[in-house]
Amino acid sequence: MSDTTLPVSARPSHFRAATDETPTARRVMIGLAVGGLLLLVFAPLIAVFAEALARGWGAAIASLGNRDSLAAIRLTLTIAAISVPLNAAFGIAAAWFITKFDFRGKAFLITLIDLPFSVSPVVAGLCIVLMFGANSAIGGWLVANGYPIVFALPGIVLATMFVTFPFVARELIPVMIEQGRAEEEAALTLGASGWRTFWTVTVPNIKWALLYGVLLCNARAMGEFGAVAVVSGKIRGQTATMPITIEMLYNEYLSVAAFSLAAVLTLLALLTLLFKTLLERHVAGQIAANHRH
Amino acid sequence: MHIDIDEIAKTFGTTAALHPVSLAIPSGALVALLGPSGSGKTTLLRILGGLEYPSSGRVLFNGQDATGMTVQERRAGFVFQSYALFRHMTVFENIAYGLKARPRGSRPPRAEIARRVNKLLSLIQLPDIGARYPSQLSGGQRQRVALARALAIEPRMLLLDEPFGALDAKVRKELRQGLRDIHDETGLTTVFVTHDQDEAMELADLVVVMSMGRIEQIGRPQDIRATPATPFVREFITH
Repeated sequence: MSDTTLPVSARPSHFRAATDETPTARRVMIGLAVGGLLLLVFAPLIAVFAEALARGWGAAIASLGNRDSLAAIRLTLTIAAISVPLNAAFGIAAAWFITKFDFRGKAFLITLIDLPFSVSPVVAGLCIVLMFGANSAIGGWLVANGYPIVFALPGIVLATMFVTFPFVARELIPVMIEQGRAEEEAALTLGASGWRTFWTVTVPNIKWALLYGVLLCNARAMGEFGAVAVVSGKIRGQTATMPITIEMLYNEYLSVAAFSLAAVLTLLALLTLLFKTLLERHVAGQIAANHRH
Repeated sequence: MHIDIDEIAKTFGTTAALHPVSLAIPSGALVALLGPSGSGKTTLLRILGGLEYPSSGRVLFNGQDATGMTVQERRAGFVFQSYALFRHMTVFENIAYGLKARPRGSRPPRAEIARRVNKLLSLIQLPDIGARYPSQLSGGQRQRVALARALAIEPRMLLLDEPFGALDAKVRKELRQGLRDIHDETGLTTVFVTHDQDEAMELADLVVVMSMGRIEQIGRPQDIRATPATPFVREFITH
């Protein structure tokens, strides 16, 4: 691409390519983008860590050591560990079904998968309370038999899964549409079973998109607040996840504890982002390799 | 193996892709299904391979009803239009795929698989490309690898969907001869789909001219040239 472009200095200065902006326009746009990023993303991020460390490392680490904060971290990691693999499995199944088969109502199914993106998480939480709360038929029976859903781990997992459902499927669908069915059909004509075809042809072809979807899903699962706030009951040390514990600590003016926990949550998110970036670099390399002929 | 197509019809929803068609393919023949797009030729090929089931009618292999046979049971070597090579596997792994997919009892040992793959690579005259990935091959090389992969399963017949469609004119000519040679060497009953009448006439023993889901004429190339059965055939082959 760049081999056809002349070095800037070699271009006659009074000619400007149709897609080039004036220097003023360029400066204003770059200024807005950089300024916006600094103000809206970078500064708050720094503020979180600054607040957490306002009374030094010792105080920050000590505040994380209390029982409730540790329980919140454990709970959030447990929820992510349960809901992300399940959503990965559901996402693969949904994407596979949608892209490899033709059937009536496909458009409706795709819309349904997108629903969690458009429904407010609070509404989603309320739906789960209505469905599985102690006052509902199903919920009443489950509570009577010792399996409460709402105000317990299963409810929080359900809420998290609802909110994060689209991530994996949405990543996979375009990739699988682009790849078509021919490779799977080829495997079948060569005598492979459907199961073998899935593991040796379908999965290797979608693995990067799958990992990408899983990372996005994970980031959202750990950070979800609204839906979880409704179904969890916010029982300290039991059903309060990291985001919910942060809010409670903050409301009690325990700012070092609140911001220390927030910093841990932020670090988890940054870690996910780092994985995502490394992955993108790797995939870009792969794509470049695939087009090299 | 001889193939009989007995009153095969196929509808997708409300549109008929194939009106009942019948065709007898003698054992060891090289047959071209020739027609414009939408003539139903690819649908017929996919029905033979078991990738599509007919709405009515029967397919017979050596006189045995094979209509309900699964795609795996048919053991048809299928070459896809865009080759459908497994992009994440090397050429060697692509060709070995069918042998490795066999149930444990009939799966050849590793050394035997390697021997057969290397034999096929020399058959397609590309002995040194086993370690490459499909993306590193030219169009003509990919087509030959797809052919080798289909031959690796010791197929009972060879089915090719527009095998030369994506290639430039020069490579096309070379590979035509290549397919003829491989057909003559293996003696496999071979059916290929094409919209190019030169290709069909030059390569095939038997040409089946199709249009709008119907068979217009079945015959040897010289007979079809000499006496086109319908105005459509006359128009199509002189084009």
